[in-house]
Amino acid sequence: MRSLIDILELSTSELDELLSTANDIIANPKKYAHKCDGKKLATLFFEPSTRTRLSFEAAMMELGGNVLGFSEAASSSAAKGESIADTAKTVSCYADIIAMRHPKEGAPLVASMNASVPVINAGDGGHNHPTQTLADLLTIYREKGRLNNLTIGLCGDLKFGRTVHSLINAMSRYEGIKFVLISPDELKIPSYVKNDVLEKKGIPYSQTTSLEESMSQLDILYMTRVQRERFFNEEDYLRLKDSYILDLPKLKNAKADLCIMHPLPRVNEISVAVDNDPRACYFKQVLNGKYMRMALILKLLEEAAK
Amino acid sequence: MNIDSIKNGVVIDHITAGRGMRLYELLGLDALDCPIALIKNVGSKKMGKKDIIKIDAAITLNFDVIGFVDPGVTVNIISDSVITEKRSIDIPETLTNVIYCKNPRCITSVEQELDHIFRLTNRDENVYRCIYCEAKNSQIF
Repeated sequence: MRSLIDILELSTSELDELLSTANDIIANPKKYAHKCDGKKLATLFFEPSTRTRLSFEAAMMELGGNVLGFSEAASSSAAKGESIADTAKTVSCYADIIAMRHPKEGAPLVASMNASVPVINAGDGGHNHPTQTLADLLTIYREKGRLNNLTIGLCGDLKFGRTVHSLINAMSRYEGIKFVLISPDELKIPSYVKNDVLEKKGIPYSQTTSLEESMSQLDILYMTRVQRERFFNEEDYLRLKDSYILDLPKLKNAKADLCIMHPLPRVNEISVAVDNDPRACYFKQVLNGKYMRMALILKLLEEAAK
Repeated sequence: MNIDSIKNGVVIDHITAGRGMRLYELLGLDALDCPIALIKNVGSKKMGKKDIIKIDAAITLNFDVIGFVDPGVTVNIISDSVITEKRSIDIPETLTNVIYCKNPRCITSVEQELDHIFRLTNRDENVYRCIYCEAKNSQIF
């Protein structure tokens, strides 16, 4: 049974296929309005989420399907001590496809090893978040018209920011990609991403603590939030949370066609004044996420039917 | 030093000197009640010094453990005092319940029944990562 746990499970041709489907959905929404009639998506969210859960649910509804599930662990049998494996086997009896978010890394993989329907990882702790990456890829593609020859600045929490890790993994497969990694020393990219992806593939990258100094060279600026829930120590969170705040003066030296992205929710790392700048693409990213989730649901259901 | 030859059993040879005891522990040989010899620092033309383990019983060994602790060792299976099989043990691609993930964010930290599975991700540097959270194994031999 084909699931999606890590973005690297998709080949570049499959990514192209998903991008193509998403673009077709945007152009011809009526064509897809009944593609999932009679199908059910289970959203198993063991951790709070507004955007991702609603995006999955909206995606399934726009395909004509139905949705069931829960939005916090307390309202599921997990509160009674049920294992992920048992939950996955049980939900497989009710739904045609599962989207799971869990605070523990690897939980969706465990679910996919036990479910008899496709499982989509909707975020597992600070580890992977492949559908956010799909949203990011569609946004970059639609804004820049390509996925190669780009200088991508990643700013903020690069240590626990799962969207950053997944995006690096995905973009490192395209030619001419350079990364500028902007973070405080405590939140630098983990060694397994640096050594096993960037250095192993010979992808050029630089590490800096200065957002302003890097700005002029960037085609994409990907901002992230310092996430309170990833810290065991409140003091560390408070010390680092305001490390980078993007405002209009900081954009002074930026390219005219810079694409500013953020996986959202934001707290204060992008000033609201930036929202009206034509380079702000983060709300387009939200919409693109829904289209890519529609494309992914279609693909996995089609493969499951084979 | 003389140690009797064995009639039916296993000889683990060419163990890097100093790793014999760790292998003895990880293979759970302390739980057996058959005669077992762990010989340390034996002279070797090829290795200078080596460890050897002789087990006087036809037991099944976890070759993944051997390959993980010391790839390159030789396992000789002996039946009726004759070597019937000689195996050179390579580094294994996966390890199941040999090493354990210590990442507190990993699903294995809360689900006790899960197998701890590690996959070899860098053969040159002997790097294993947890299949669930990708944390690197920190155990060194």
